[in-house]
Amino acid sequence: MLKQMEGSMAVAEAVALARPEVICAYPITPQTHIVEGLGEMVKSGQLENCEYINVESEFAALSVGIGSSAAGARTYTATASQGILFMAEAVYNASGMGLPIVMTVGNRAIGAPINIWNDQTDSMSMRDAGWIQLFCETNQEAVDVHIQAFKIAEKLSVPVMVCMDGFILTHAYERIDMPEQAQIDQFLPPFNPRQVLDPANPVSMGAMVGPEAFTEVRYLAHRRQMDALELIPQVAQEYAEIVGRDSGGLISTYKAEDAETLVISLGSVIGTIKDVIDQRREEGEKIGCVAIRSFRPFPIAEIRKACANAKRIVVLEKCFAVGMGGMVASNVRMALSTQPVPVYNVIAGLGGRPITQTSLHNLFNEAAADKLEGLHFLDLNQEVVERELERQRLDECSGSVAENILRDIGAVAASKV
Amino acid sequence: MFQVRIHGRGGQGAVSGAEMLSVAAFLEDKHAQAFPSFGSERMGAPVVAFCRIDNKEIRLREPVLEPDALLVQDPSLFNSVDVFAGLKADGYLIINTAKSLAELGIEDAARQLPEGHVWTIAATELAIQHVGRPSPNACMIAALARACGTIELDSVTAAIRKKFPGKVGEANVVAAQAAFDNAKAFK
Repeated sequence: MLKQMEGSMAVAEAVALARPEVICAYPITPQTHIVEGLGEMVKSGQLENCEYINVESEFAALSVGIGSSAAGARTYTATASQGILFMAEAVYNASGMGLPIVMTVGNRAIGAPINIWNDQTDSMSMRDAGWIQLFCETNQEAVDVHIQAFKIAEKLSVPVMVCMDGFILTHAYERIDMPEQAQIDQFLPPFNPRQVLDPANPVSMGAMVGPEAFTEVRYLAHRRQMDALELIPQVAQEYAEIVGRDSGGLISTYKAEDAETLVISLGSVIGTIKDVIDQRREEGEKIGCVAIRSFRPFPIAEIRKACANAKRIVVLEKCFAVGMGGMVASNVRMALSTQPVPVYNVIAGLGGRPITQTSLHNLFNEAAADKLEGLHFLDLNQEVVERELERQRLDECSGSVAENILRDIGAVAASKV
Repeated sequence: MFQVRIHGRGGQGAVSGAEMLSVAAFLEDKHAQAFPSFGSERMGAPVVAFCRIDNKEIRLREPVLEPDALLVQDPSLFNSVDVFAGLKADGYLIINTAKSLAELGIEDAARQLPEGHVWTIAATELAIQHVGRPSPNACMIAALARACGTIELDSVTAAIRKKFPGKVGEANVVAAQAAFDNAKAFK
């Protein structure tokens, strides 16, 4: 059914269609509307047979989720930013114990300095925690991918993180084609746990494992993620057959077949990139893009295939490993290590800085001329940077970088005591 | 694509206004995308919300940088925010005010736009009168419907009823109808 609705409410409805049995909720911007929406559905009785548990922190949210999932309940939670950091230990435990929890991350920057706006550093901080990570381009995709996430998680007994750009998607009102309950009931069977806590048949979960077996446990976790490379497209196909919409899979490509310049990115910025590609295609430039939907497992074979004929790759990512560069580009470079093609890494949209068509055109102009440096910061204000470096040269006690820059650009009063 | 930027202050319902405008467009079988400027939400602080309307899927995710229409819910913003930034040469300007443009000091700016593209409406007064709250958002999108044919008043009132079911919605519909009838074109 077509509806015009907020991304967060659409995800709440989609999660409800999956008939979760336990929802653990702790609010943090920008995911709060999702768990609020679900809370209202549980209270009104629209979502039946579901226990909604308010907890005291993100650590508690996922810890309760671990308990309920271990007890055989289909379990959902959501978080963002500092919240995912606070639950980090439980994030590893959920995957280490093989518990198929589904968690939304409403992607937001990580402080300090405090920033409530969108980038993807939060999800990326947990990229190696053993969860499957799926990134959504639109709210429609977020709806479809959340439902698929439960099936993927439960078939493999691995938790799945569904990542959607905070505010840009979570707070955007747009057209959603919401599946019918009967379709989802046909698509997603009841949760049949691989392992379950049962008083009648006591087991120990999360037991200590020493050097004699730890490597094998980890290796098998990797094997499960490699299995996910097969399963994710298969589940997307099953979903498409029932719901009639293709919106899953490992990657998606746009005008990539003959592209000399291939842009790789993930999340909502793909939409803007597609518009820019269309404008440049009209001028005759051979440019296309690849959206990475599954970042974990990383689809090495698909990336290689998509990049086989490109003359240059531009990896644009909303996350940044200080002291290294982009996490996505590092992964892409590894995938393409046997292909002699330049990979330019562009860090963009940090802390909510808009990624505009104008900036992308300038960027792609430089890329087409192979004038980009290996690591490029989109719209970096070099003058502000130089002035701060000068302050540091002149004064050993020059103060907080963040405060100095806010004063410099006039965002706070220039009264230095 | 028709792009709208709404300038208001926290508490004036700029974000809800953008949402209702997107619902109105949706009810006309158009594609629409509404989103806020993602600032910290504080009463009285400048707020910006956006709405795009098109006949095909909207993929663009940048803020509205070159609006086809500006809705200014608080004219005091002209003194503190670059409200006109990027407004298209043939764009529309809707201002919530009971004053003249000369009194607001924007007559010269308004004369840059085509005749019939600049409208004023005392939306806050209408909202207080009919809704009992100084929430000009419904009146502003009704005035937009009057100013340009991008959206029909019937769709606007249907969107208001969807957003605010019951008495509040009905009161807003009355206010919106009054705004539609009383909006004044600047000559």
